[in-house]
Amino acid sequence: MLVEVSLRPGIADPQGATIERSLPALGFERVSGVRTGKAIRFSIDADDEAGARGEVDELCRRFLTNPVIEDARVTLAAADQAVRR
Amino acid sequence: MTRVGVVLFPGSNCEHDVVEAVRALGGEADLLWHGATDVGPVDAVVLPGGFAHGDYLRPGAIARFSPIMAAIERFAADGGAVIGICNGFQILTEARLLPGALQKNRGLTFLCMPVELEVCSTRSVLTWEVAPGQRLRIPINHFEGNYTCDAETLSMLKAEDRVVLRYVDNPNGSVDRIAGICNAEGNVVGLMPHPERASDVLLGSADGATLLRSLLGTAVRPSALAGTDVLAVGAEVAATALA
Repeated sequence: MLVEVSLRPGIADPQGATIERSLPALGFERVSGVRTGKAIRFSIDADDEAGARGEVDELCRRFLTNPVIEDARVTLAAADQAVRR
Repeated sequence: MTRVGVVLFPGSNCEHDVVEAVRALGGEADLLWHGATDVGPVDAVVLPGGFAHGDYLRPGAIARFSPIMAAIERFAADGGAVIGICNGFQILTEARLLPGALQKNRGLTFLCMPVELEVCSTRSVLTWEVAPGQRLRIPINHFEGNYTCDAETLSMLKAEDRVVLRYVDNPNGSVDRIAGICNAEGNVVGLMPHPERASDVLLGSADGATLLRSLLGTAVRPSALAGTDVLAVGAEVAATALA
């Protein structure tokens, strides 16, 4: 599982803005729209993809994000069967 | 004597300041461990500043699941006075006891300085004794104190007279200069400034004591404020004190 937590559109991202402002000085003139966030990786034991997705969505809503200011994007990939036992 | 429970989370760092300030004002104060499942015989609860659970994930995100928080939610629902200072305010928003959220300061600067505040609502347990419009000088000390909420919530807070304190010079970019808000009943208050650090002239200002005195005077259980006019309760307390 990969959960990417980012600030919702319209919520100021001072870290992203600061990074973007510093780029021209390094010669990166054409970079724009810098937004920062955090990535949270973990494994989940579920019977199927829908079950896993449902559980992660609930986890995001209750804990991993603050829905007032943050959005989550969930990327899901099947783990190695050997790892899953 | 009003008894105040000050919650100690792993990573809290202002709990003793609150205890000392309350005692100096004639109240009783004791620490409550975050792992406790009830708040005991207290008249008010304070969630102090600091970095509860290291502020990991987000400030307040883990603290809101500490065992004592369920007890505090029940205490608040019964009308008990609950104050969140700084990190405590962040915990109250994460616990949804107060709306909105605290994001990083505009300008990404950690701010530690005295600020000028304006008392905007006197219907909260922290301000009923204060004159509306009164200016207070109280320190802030935070990185994530930039209050935000959606437009609908902001209209509701204003319409219901729930913006308790505003910054005069908005140092952190908070929406509508908000420094502190309360719930609909006025018994749950969150604020970023630290009244306990302005509780004696020796600390540079005693303006914070004005707020804490209101708390000590208002915190009369049970269900002191639920469905009651705070000013009426305050007047009653004052009358009792004078009698």
